[in-house]
Amino acid sequence: MSPSGPELLRAIKSQIEEVDPAEVHELIDEGVAIVDVREAEELASGQIPGAKHVPRSYLETRIEGAVPDHSTPVILYCASGNRSAYAARTLLEDMGYENVRSMTGGITLWKDRGYEVHLPRALSPEQRERYSRHLLIPEIGADGQQKLLDAKVLLLGAGGLGSPAALYLAAAGVGTLGIVDDDEVDLSNLQRQVIHSTQRIGIPKVDSAEESIHAINPDVNVVKYPLRIDASNILGIIDGYDVIVDGADNFPTRYLLNDASVRLKIPVVSASILGFDGQLSVFMPYDGPCYRCLFREPPPAELAPSCGANGVLGVLPGTMGLLQATEVIKLIVGIGEPAIGRLLLYDALGATLTEVKVHRDPDCPVCSRDPSEISDEELGSFPDYEAFCAAAG
Amino acid sequence: MATIKIPPVLRPSVGGEKILSASGASVGEVLHDLASTHPATRSQLFSAEGELNRYVNVYLNDEDVRVLGGLDTAVAPDDVLVILPAMAGGTRAPSL
Repeated sequence: MSPSGPELLRAIKSQIEEVDPAEVHELIDEGVAIVDVREAEELASGQIPGAKHVPRSYLETRIEGAVPDHSTPVILYCASGNRSAYAARTLLEDMGYENVRSMTGGITLWKDRGYEVHLPRALSPEQRERYSRHLLIPEIGADGQQKLLDAKVLLLGAGGLGSPAALYLAAAGVGTLGIVDDDEVDLSNLQRQVIHSTQRIGIPKVDSAEESIHAINPDVNVVKYPLRIDASNILGIIDGYDVIVDGADNFPTRYLLNDASVRLKIPVVSASILGFDGQLSVFMPYDGPCYRCLFREPPPAELAPSCGANGVLGVLPGTMGLLQATEVIKLIVGIGEPAIGRLLLYDALGATLTEVKVHRDPDCPVCSRDPSEISDEELGSFPDYEAFCAAAG
Repeated sequence: MATIKIPPVLRPSVGGEKILSASGASVGEVLHDLASTHPATRSQLFSAEGELNRYVNVYLNDEDVRVLGGLDTAVAPDDVLVILPAMAGGTRAPSL
């Protein structure tokens, strides 16, 4: 005769080990993985601080994203300690986890004992639907999505690189997107600058970009800077942003941005493109090299493609801009291995990706010094660049 | 013969090639061999004093030769040298 529900539960609990909330409270931050197996809609009542969320209905498919090492001690909890008991047996018997316990009484008893709970800011139903494919990835989930919603990203340029980066960052739910661009939409932009449109030729790029961003995600706060960044305004513009996407089309701006971002310790996701070739790196001030560590000086005019109009495969800034957007999301959510100290070289014609190492320069004129020592006058300085460009005609 | 990957901005100086081979037992020798075959590259790679220009990075496989032995770094026949000047673009003409 098949057991009744209560009999089955008693049988399950006799096969696993339970742990009292008092002991769990002592084990927080002690190398134990605490996993909340309730459903997403139950989390608004609060979670144990630091707990990971793996709903029991997705336990088998997602637990390894949250707890990859089967030897890690795991404590499961639910609302009252029953579902976590079933889940514990699954991890022990079916998945080979070695040390799994279920918390007695669940979050209800935890709260009755007066222990602290973390109250997650709940996503709205519309947000849960919009970002559902992010919520399904354990590496992002609700916490990562909330980080994206709280993030402020500045895009230097709404051109070839900035267009795809802005569109995808907006779609991903980055809460604030700042856009610096003093240009207007031109017909010749539309071969690659996909955030703009034929109907918007002649209007400021920041306005055109804002329209496309709001069309894909009206919740994004767009901050428009219809100006050219220079030494007098850069600190005021970039201060307060979490990450900067560098799609600048000229060396003075790249060096200026580097120096200012090092001073304010803001990471920069940098890419550049020419013809069929792209470069990408992440400059994390004081954790990795800066742009001046990579290229101490700008090249002279004959080697400086930005000094004149140059061709580019229209899809290439799409590729590189989306690699930038990917790095931005990784930095915000805190996942993966950002391209810090590495320069990726993409050859579209050869379909090859080459990687070279970039080291911090102990003699770097900027990042070898304390941020407070970098003066306003030094920001973006290097000699004779305008003369170089003038010489190139 | 070591393999040299030529960056876009130098390709006009080497007949449009993306990959070339050059002889030499050190980075300096290989690059000078390249400059002998393609003289237009010499001033782009080397300063008047014969040093590597500051705005050009050269990698032996994936490592910056400046953290190895510079132009004296030994090169094996199956090594790959990557020449890499900075690129700024962006795709619109600058306002300078």
